[in-house]
This record gives sequence, C-alpha cells and structure tokens, in this order.
Amino acid sequence: MSQATFRIWRGTREQGAFVDYATEVSAGMVVLDAVHQIQSEQAHDLAVRWNCKAGKCGSCSAEINGMPKLMCMTRLDQIAIDQPVTVEPMKAFPLIRDLVTDVSWNYRVKEGISQFRASKPGPDGVWRMKQSDVDRVQEFRKCIECFLCQDVCHVLRDHHMHAEFIGPRFLVYTAALEMNPMDAGDRLAELKNKHGVGLCNITKCCTKVCPEGITITDNAIIPLKERVVDRFFDPLGKLFRIFGPREQE
Amino acid sequence: MASYERHEHDVLVIGAGGAGLRAAIEASAAGVSVGVVCKSLLGKAHTVMAEGGVAAALSNVDDRDSWRVHFADTMRGGQYMNNPRMAELHAREAPERVRELESWGALFDRTKDGRILQRNFGGHKYPRLAHVGDRTGLEIIRTLQDHGIHQGIHFYMENTVVTLLKDGDRVVGAFGYDRERGRFHLFEAKAVVLATGGVGRAFRVTSNSWEYTGDGHALAYHAGATLLDMEFVQFHPTGMVWPPSVRGILVTEGVRGEGGVLKNSKGRRFMFDDIPENYRSQTADNEEEGWRYTQGDKNAKRPPELLTRDHVARCIMREIREGRGSPHGGVFLDIAWIKERVPHGAEHIKRKLPAMYHQFKQLANIDITEEPMEIGPTTHYMMGGVRVDAETQMSNVPGLFAAGECAAGLHGANRLGGNSLSDLLVFGKRAGEFAARFAKDHGAGRVNQDQVEEAAAGAIEPLNREGGESPYALQHELQQFMQDLVGIVRKQDELEEALGRIHSLQRRAGGVSAPGNREYNAGWHTALDLKNLLAVSEAIARAAAERKESRGAHFRDDFPAKDATLGAFNIAVTQAPDGGMRIERVPVVAQSAEQQQIIEEMK
Repeated sequence: MSQATFRIWRGTREQGAFVDYATEVSAGMVVLDAVHQIQSEQAHDLAVRWNCKAGKCGSCSAEINGMPKLMCMTRLDQIAIDQPVTVEPMKAFPLIRDLVTDVSWNYRVKEGISQFRASKPGPDGVWRMKQSDVDRVQEFRKCIECFLCQDVCHVLRDHHMHAEFIGPRFLVYTAALEMNPMDAGDRLAELKNKHGVGLCNITKCCTKVCPEGITITDNAIIPLKERVVDRFFDPLGKLFRIFGPREQE
Repeated sequence: MASYERHEHDVLVIGAGGAGLRAAIEASAAGVSVGVVCKSLLGKAHTVMAEGGVAAALSNVDDRDSWRVHFADTMRGGQYMNNPRMAELHAREAPERVRELESWGALFDRTKDGRILQRNFGGHKYPRLAHVGDRTGLEIIRTLQDHGIHQGIHFYMENTVVTLLKDGDRVVGAFGYDRERGRFHLFEAKAVVLATGGVGRAFRVTSNSWEYTGDGHALAYHAGATLLDMEFVQFHPTGMVWPPSVRGILVTEGVRGEGGVLKNSKGRRFMFDDIPENYRSQTADNEEEGWRYTQGDKNAKRPPELLTRDHVARCIMREIREGRGSPHGGVFLDIAWIKERVPHGAEHIKRKLPAMYHQFKQLANIDITEEPMEIGPTTHYMMGGVRVDAETQMSNVPGLFAAGECAAGLHGANRLGGNSLSDLLVFGKRAGEFAARFAKDHGAGRVNQDQVEEAAAGAIEPLNREGGESPYALQHELQQFMQDLVGIVRKQDELEEALGRIHSLQRRAGGVSAPGNREYNAGWHTALDLKNLLAVSEAIARAAAERKESRGAHFRDDFPAKDATLGAFNIAVTQAPDGGMRIERVPVVAQSAEQQQIIEEMK
C-alpha cells in the first residue's frame, strides 16, 4: 500500500477549482477506483459518471493528466503517481458538476442523421452477407460512445463548431450506415451540406484517443470524404450521372 | 408542497436496457405516447455488457435445432421451476425477434453461406447463439437505441424513479428525480413497464454496475406486486479475480465455447470429475471429444465446462475451498492451449474473443493467448423477479408490467447463457404491446397527491439530516454480509443471521446523511437506493431460508439434495398489510400435454 494524490476538478459551470485528495493505492487499481475511494471516504457528493467499469459502456470519460481517457481503463501503474494525478472533465461539452459533463448534444446530433434503411432481403427472406464485408462495418460498430473523439477534436473543442460539424463519432456512425451491406439509404448530401464532413482536416487526434482502437480517420472519415468528392466535385462523374445509364433503385 | 415537473404518457417504461427499449419501440408502434425513464445515459445499460450472444433456434449452423429443443433445454436448465408457457413463447418467438433486429441494422457474424452465425453455449444442445464476436450486447442495445430514437419516444435520461403511484389497485404513474439538478418529476401514465434489470449490487463481488439495486423488484413489491423465485441468484462461474479492483468483471462463457478449459492448481480438468446425472448423456466422454464439439463436430458431445452455470460455479467453489485454487483465490481458465490445435492460434483467439483479449491485457496485464486467466464466480443475474402473466407480462397489479431480468418465470432455478438477450427481446416486445393495449382500454387514473408529497418529503430527508451514517458505509456492509452469508453456499443459521443484520440496516438506513446539494450528488443517490437494495436482500434471504433443498442456483449446505415436495412449488414474496414481508409457496405452473411430451422426447 502506498499513497497517491489526485487533483480533481470540483465545481459547476459557474465556478470551480482543483482539489487535492490523498488516498491509498494498491496493485491493479485504475483511476476510477481511486475516484470511487475518494468519493466514499472523503467527498461523498463528488459527481462522476460511470457504469460498467470494464471499458464497455463509455460512461467514465475524463481527462487524466490532460489526456482524454476512460477512467476505468487507466491503470495507476501506467501513469506517474509520484506527483499529483489531475482528473478533470471533458472540455468539448458544458460542465454539469465535477467530472460530469452535459453530453446531450451528441444524442441530438445522432437523431439528425438519416437512420438505417433495410434493403430487400433475398427471395427466401434472408440477408446474405460475407463476413469480410461485415468486418469493415463491425469495426465501426465497436464504438462505445464515450465521446472522447469528440472531446479531442479541435473543430469542436477549440472552434466550438457544434452547430456545423457532427464530429468524429458521428462520421463513424454515418460510415457504419453507408458501408452496411444491407443499408439502402444515402447520406452523402447531408454529410456535405449539414454535417460538415469537409471541416475535418485529418489531424487524426480522434483515432489516437479511441479506447476501442477504431481507425476513425483512415477507415471512416477519409472514405466518406472521398465519396462526397466523387459525388459532388468530380466534373466527369457528374456528366456521367446526368447522361450515363440510370442506376437501379 | 413539493415542486416538480409533470409529464404525461400513455405508457411509461422504466429502464432502457434491451427489454425497456424493445417495450418502448413496440408500444410506440401501437400508436400510444411513450416515455422512457432511465438511470443512466441512453445506451449504457447493462445489456451493453452481454458478451456471448442471443439464443434463438434459427437452425443456421445445425438444422436439428428447433424451438422445441430450445424449449426443452431452457426447462432442463431451469430445473423445471420455469413457467413453461413463458419458456415456450420465448423459444418460439426468439428467432423472429433476432431477424427483426437485423432488419433494424444489427450486423451479426456470418456463416460461410452468409447467414447469421451461431455458437455453442452452456446448456444449449446445438450451436444457437447469434453473436458479434464477444460484444453481442453492445450490438443489440445500439441497434434498439438507434432505431428507438426515431420512433417518437420521449427519453428521460439520468432519471431515477423512487416510487410508483397508485389509484386504488391500479398503477397510474411514477415519481422520481433527475441526477443533473435533483429536481423532482411526476410521470403520469396509464400503464407502466418495469425493465430495471437486476440486483447485483446487493453482493460484494458482482459483474453488475452501480445501477443494479433491485429498483424494479422493490418498486413492484411496494406497489403490491408478487415477487417470485427470489432465492435463485445466478453466480456466473467466470469473473475476473485479480487485480482486486476488477474482481467480479465478467469473463464470457464464449471462452469455454471456443475451447477454453478449466483447471485447478494441480493442472487437472476438474469438470470431468462431477457430471450431473441428467446431463451425463449429453456430456463428452473425454477431452478429445469435448474439443471436437467446440469445433463444430455434430457427432461429439459437449465438454463439461459447458454444463449449466450453477453447476460449474459450484465445482469451482469446491476446488477453491479444498485448496486447489489459483494464487489469487480462483481457478485457471485456459484458452491459450488451443494454439496446439488451431493454425495461427493467437490470431484466432484475438478474432474470436477480442473484448476478452483487450480486457485482460489492459486490466490485468495478461495476454490470454499466452497464459491462462484466473477466474472465480461472480454475482451475475437474478432469475427471480416480478410474477407476471406469461402472455402479457402484466403483474397482479393492474397496469403494472415487467420484462427482462426484473421479471420472473422464464429461467426457473437457473438461466442458460444467451437466454437473457432473447428474453429481453421476446418479453420486452410483449410487455410493450400489452401495456399499449391496456393504456388504450383504460382512461387516465388519478394521482394521489398525498402519495406524491410523502415520496418527495422522504427523498429529501438524507440531504437535510446532519451527522448521520454514510450511505456508502451501509451499502458496503450489506454487500459484504450478503456475499458471506447469502452467497453461493447457504445455511439456515447464516441466513437467519443475515436477516437480523438486514433488519438492523433497515433501521439505520432511516438515519443516513448525504452532505452537499441536490446536483449530481452520488451520496444522495446511494442513500435513496438503499431502500430497494434492502428490500430485495430481505426477499432473497427469506426465500432462501424457506427453500430447504438445493436446486439450480440455490445451494444449501445443510440440505444438499433436491426435495421433490419443494420442487413442486415456487416461492412467492409479497408485502403483508402490516408492512412486513410474507413468504408463500405457490404451485409451479403445470406443463401442457404437448410441453410434457417435448420434454420427455428430449430427455
């Protein structure tokens, strides 16, 4: 047993400050364990959002020593605990209290994306798909909606363009729909006009912080950008669509 | 007078896991207005943790499978304490519910010919679990969520219900608070669906999150509903045991389905040492046959690691108690050994069990493709719950429905892995359908203002009280003695001791303090959850004391055998008029002639 100090943000939208808490730490502990221990022993009303404690629900997102991480998956033996460990709320969303932010914007954004539309199944009523085609989409569907990618995206975090840009999480969501072999929807126009796919300038910060290891930029965002460019900005393609053979619905 | 926001819906669903979302979608499709209240954010409920798969006799991998086999497997697994009509409806309707999810965008793993792939699981005769690697629950909850948000349902996220409101016998709404500001909310509704999940937080070692404090069980009980089978708590055989902070986190049964084996410290596969009589004909004769089964050989029988969860958990406890456990008080679960048999074994394991690989690597510094895992039993699932009508899911309280883990009946004395996700879909849909119908057939009830005032005043007490005990301390105390005295192995004197301590905690819970204000105050929430945790703990201990036999998940050290007389009864728990808890034996629902015949054929 040894002691470590956690410098935790306490406060509301209006005012707040870092408060240092010293607590016992033991083998295998994660940051969320330390926060819980502090909550149950020293700061009963410390606000923290969590559920599964196993990296599966994406509730306990925070910034630990400045890095966006899940508290439940950050082991104390992977960070320096000989100096105070700062734990603070995500910055891209309004603060509710202490470590909890108002992430409701994300839920509203999702409602604005055209939903899945099933294509016709085969004649026997069964959808047949190759595993290799499904694999690509399953990577995106691993997303646990922790919103760390949104938190780190400078378009949202620094430029506050929440009204114009849906952020990496929802570009991944759109990619999962667009690349779903069963989907019959078309979201390219909304991507370009409403969802600001062009605002992403591929700095890959989102990919770096994804706790599920989703290759957000390369596998989701860039292919979407390419599809939008092909559709709306390629003059030859445009002519081909006007004068070429009609696509089957 | 208390101040609160008022909301009105035809159907109010409490809980937004698989059952709640499926109920809400169905009710909304029936054209009524639907509100969903959930304790956490949308998409974070415990369904997200389900790993192995959803059981449905699609017969994609083995065409010998059918609803009849699934029905018989479910009944055998539940030691025939199940409601047979629920087990039949579940087996018949699960395939359609799974296909429907696909039409809403779920992407399951595929067979070679492109259909939904199915895997082996404990107690299921044929490969039956549709799955997505080992994150099936995430796929299901996300599909329901992403479909549900476009159905005109109103979601109240991070809201907790503290009491159900009644007009005479009938339930007419609920009263609760929001976490963000601590404001009160009055929900008026013509029908209420409980879909609140389990009770795992009553125990120290659990795979459940903070939310699982038996809210639906306790709300229903206090509203006059009957609870059933509360002694049957499932301890999943494989939870993580080390490091201490992750103790209890689930290790999917899928590890054993893919060929993982259990070993004690002597290196012995101890599961071969104790095979129950009623499963002997279905269990592999040797290790080689067991391996072939996991690799899809239709002529091979399953390895004993895939016996039912209650049995595997007890065998593991025996090894630990008799001194053959692993260094941190578990046993070994080895999947790395399959590298001897499978080309590119390490890659194969990572592809089949990506979440498990990730979980052990990150939380325990263990590479499961190289070394065995240390595992031990963890509190996982509540078979007991609100007694409901098999067809409609309505409780004995008019207008009050329950579905999923907080309802009883489908699983009997032990749940088979994979039958929970299918339960949520099948009975969530039914609850939504019949709640909507009830709402259409009945006018709005009258909310009793006195009840609202009383609930509001009670809820605020811990905030205003100074110098009382810490709610966290009481919760920890309860979890510790429930684990020690009402856990996997039970005895009369220990159960009575537990009941004494529960009563003392019930008195002390009335004196806890929650410092701070109403905004996102976890101490306050913990104080309010105590009432529910204590009610379900008492129900579990009382029912366990009443069942003086060992059956399914309920094991009595002082009565280690089955008792045929007790096997004919379920144990019912109700609140007596004097406020005390009443225990009664009710006959198990009789099987129809056809059901009996199916069970006989499949023996």
